[in-house]
This record gives sequence, structure tokens and C-alpha cells, in this order.
Amino acid sequence: MSVNMDSMYQQIILDHYKHPNHRGELADFDAEVHHVNPTCGDEVTLRIRVADGEIADLGWTGEGCSISQASTSVMSDLVVGSSVTDALQLQEKFLQLMQSQGHNDLAEDETEALEDAIAFEGVSKYPARVKCALLGWMAMKSAVASATGAGDKP
Amino acid sequence: MFDVEVIRKDFPILSRQVHGVPLVYLDSANTSQKPQVVLDSLTDYYTRHNANVARAVHTLGSEATMLFEGARDKVARFINAPRRDEVIFTKNSSEALNLVAYTLSNATTTPGAERFRVGPGDNIVVTEMEHHSNIVPWQLLAQRTGAEFRYIPIDDEGRLVESLIDERVDERTKVLAFVHQSNALGTVNNVEGLVTRAKAVGALTVIDASQSAPHRPLDVQSLGADFVAFTGHKLYGPTGVGVLWGRYELLADLPPFLGGGEMIETVDMSGTTFAAPPHRFEAGTPMIAEAVGLGTAIDYLTAIGMDQVQTHEAQLTAYALDALAQVPALRVIGPSTPVDRGATISFTIKGIHPHDVSQLLDEQGIAVRAGHHCARPVCLRYGIPATTRASFGIYTTTSEIDTLVAGVIKVQEMFS
Repeated sequence: MSVNMDSMYQQIILDHYKHPNHRGELADFDAEVHHVNPTCGDEVTLRIRVADGEIADLGWTGEGCSISQASTSVMSDLVVGSSVTDALQLQEKFLQLMQSQGHNDLAEDETEALEDAIAFEGVSKYPARVKCALLGWMAMKSAVASATGAGDKP
Repeated sequence: MFDVEVIRKDFPILSRQVHGVPLVYLDSANTSQKPQVVLDSLTDYYTRHNANVARAVHTLGSEATMLFEGARDKVARFINAPRRDEVIFTKNSSEALNLVAYTLSNATTTPGAERFRVGPGDNIVVTEMEHHSNIVPWQLLAQRTGAEFRYIPIDDEGRLVESLIDERVDERTKVLAFVHQSNALGTVNNVEGLVTRAKAVGALTVIDASQSAPHRPLDVQSLGADFVAFTGHKLYGPTGVGVLWGRYELLADLPPFLGGGEMIETVDMSGTTFAAPPHRFEAGTPMIAEAVGLGTAIDYLTAIGMDQVQTHEAQLTAYALDALAQVPALRVIGPSTPVDRGATISFTIKGIHPHDVSQLLDEQGIAVRAGHHCARPVCLRYGIPATTRASFGIYTTTSEIDTLVAGVIKVQEMFS
């Protein structure tokens, strides 16, 4: 079946679902988080290592719908090797995209920065599935907070 | 003569398109579509007769009351109730089941209602295939009263483990609540066996008929239970109206559920006495238009004939089970044969999440449901997060089932 241009399921999403990146357990890590999306029963366990303000490595395991698993794979590609600040900024942009209800109002350079993650734009039209796409991104955000101690301090 | 193409013309929504293709609506177990006559009756009620019931003495008030109480008569005839005042209007099945659970616990402090008391040492039994609406009210009743909450398990085929019924339902069982037809599995339970056991131990029986009332003739006298609940919106009627039928001699002794207007006999600041059933259980202004609409839906179904509906859907079920069995890597969750099962078929597809299946089917115009169908224990039983569920109604055609099967195969190709 050829992929419908309007489909929520862009080829990039299907490719990442079939061949996920950074999937696996990190032996050496600073933080581990486990996030669940009750709508689909999606789960992701994500480990992260932070060094010199950079996400030095990230590994995840999980199961669930293609949107959650593919989105976690795309997110991993984007943030591994980038600074914590950039990763969190990107997370903000992705969150904004997911809240757009199908009307992406990000600036052109922000859209470009999202790279493959822009393929999830169509998901924003389906409120029930937005949480699927956000699962890995939210897990990354809380793992970074935990690894850098940002969330722990009173 | 039952002609599905003629019936389809009565449902305006079936002619709409979704994503540029004709709608294939296979989610009737979730809610049914409504025939034009039901939509017209809502408009007619609000356009010509709208007033509050049972209190206004003017002409509109009389007309509204006649229409509302006329709907009660229609429901009573539809389910072969011995008395019209055994029919209580609720907002849905959930409220009907909660009504029973709450009146039972209200009975613990009501003089004259001793025989309904549930307490420590007693137990309440449901089945593993219940909708949450027939689990949670009983768990809460158990919590309020100190009674034990139990269930009859299901087997690999989605049938009750009948050999355990006598063990789970014992001399201390006060309530046996079970579903007539499972919304998640399609299983039709052996009502007679369950009711007989409950009667033998003196337990009250409560049947959730939400998924059977729209699909087969429903006769509360032959079911033999004490209470039967169903909802209007699955019965081709509007949302917001449901029905609890109960034996009059039980309703007459049960205390109220909600307090308010129209459920009283007399009120003063030192106390209140209550109206007779059914009004005792219908506090406040009821869902008048919706009840009238349900009455119209019942007229519509009666004209077609519920036996005709049952035959049509039995054919669809057999056809769909055969067709789905041809799809590789597809597993039906529930009975795999059309025997004692209804027109609701849950399935999983290896390697593809049910939410992906249903979303991709939607892109092809096919509406199915994915999830745990408010029967999460069923998914836990089979070790799956969710299922995709196709469910049929009077307007479903075999060609729509062909479209579903082709759609599922397309989804598999995308993920291969």
C-alpha cells in the first residue's frame, strides 16, 4: 500500500518503528526513567549518560504502538551528542508541534531543527495519539532532569 | 422481509464519507447510529410538546407526560416486563447498575429492608468478562459493606469456567451480577445456569444486557433474573437514557438511590416518605426527550422484528469469523465459532498495536474500536494490552466485512 500523503503514518515513522535506533540498555548511565502512556499501554524505559553538559549516550527499551516507539527512536537520534540545553529546547519545539492540532506554527528554522521528528506533525490532529508521540520525549526530559540534578533540588 | 439495503437508507449518517471514502461503521457495540425516525422524534418533541413531566397541568405538560410514560410502556412491552412500573429510566447502563448497588447499601440503614443487607461474611460475585460498569459498582459496594468481592474466571475461548460457578457462588453470595453478552469478547453467557445457581443460594441476580438488548429478543421473564440493565444509545436510541428493569416486589422494598424532586410522597422538615416505583428511583427532571426517542427506536426495531435482527447478525458473525480466520497472524480474542456469541469480534494482529490498526483502518473510512473496551481484566487474562474490535448492527453488510478484511491486510502490508 502506498502511503497516503495525509496519513498520520509517514514512511519515516514506519521505518523507525521497524528499525529503531538507540534501542537497548546502557550499561553505564546517570539516570533511568520509566514512562507509561495509559491510552495505548505504551511503555518506555530510558537511560541516559550526561558528560560536560552533553547527552553522551542514551538507550531505551519499550513496547507499544508504532507512534510511541518510532518517536522515541527519532528523538534519540536527535539528542545523542547534543548539548543538554539544545536537547531540552528541541523537546519544547516538539511539544509545541504536538499541541498545534495540525497547524504547525513553528518558524522555518525551528521546523528544520526537528528533522525527522517533523514527520509526526500529522499526529497532532489526533488528541488521543499525541501522548504516544510525546512519550519518549517526556522520558528524555525527566531523565535529563534527574541526571543533572535539576529536578532534585528544593 | 429483512432487507439491509432498505434499512441503511433509514440511517442518514451511513451515507457520509470519511477521509474521502464511504464510511464503514463497525463500532455499534460502542454506540449505534440513529435512524431518521429517532432524530425526527427528538425534533418533534422539542418543537411541539416540550414541557416538564408529572407536574405541569397545562396541555404541553400533559402531552410531555403522556409521551414520556408512553415510552415506559414501549420499553415494558419490548422486554416483556410483567408490569410497566418495573421499568426505571436511568441515564445509562452504568447508572442502572449503580442504582442497584447503592440501594443495596442504603438498605443497611433502612428499616424494612433487612433482607437486602450485605455485610462482612457475605460475598458479591461477578465474572472476569464484565465491563467496568459491572465490576466497579460491586467493588465499591464490597468496600462500603465489608463483603467479599469475587469473580467467575474465563477460559482461553472466552467462556465462563462453568465448573467454578458452584464454588464461587455459595450460601453467602448476596449478589450475582453478570453480562448477558460480553462487549469485549462477544460471548453470550448461559443465563439459565447462572440464575439457577443464584436462586438456589438465595442471591439476587443482576444482568447487564447492554450488548444483548440491541441484538436479540430480550424477555426479562424468561431470563429469570431480578434486575436487568441496558442503555438506549446502543439500541439505536439517543444517548442519555438507559433502563433498569427490576422485579416489582424487590423495587417496592428497596430504599431510594438519589433524593430529589418527583421521587417523594411527602416531605417535611422532620422527614420524607417516598414515592412508589418507578418514580422512587427517578429523582429530578428525567431525560424526557431521550426517553421518547428511545421509545421511537423501540417502535422501529419492533417493526423490523428482533428475531430478524438476530438472524441477520448471526449471519454476519459467521461470515466475519470465517473471513477473519483467513487473515494470517490474526487472532480472535473470544469464541472462534458463531455458537453462543454475538456480532462483536475482538482480534489482535501479531506485531501491530491495535491503536495503529484502528487508526489506519480509519484512514480507509473504517470505524472500529481499539483499546481494552472498559473490560481491562479481559486483556489482562489474555496478556495483551488491547484489542481491535469490530462490531455490527442491523445496518451492517457482508461487503463492509469484506472491506474490513481488505483493510486489515493493507495495514499488515504497511507494517511488513
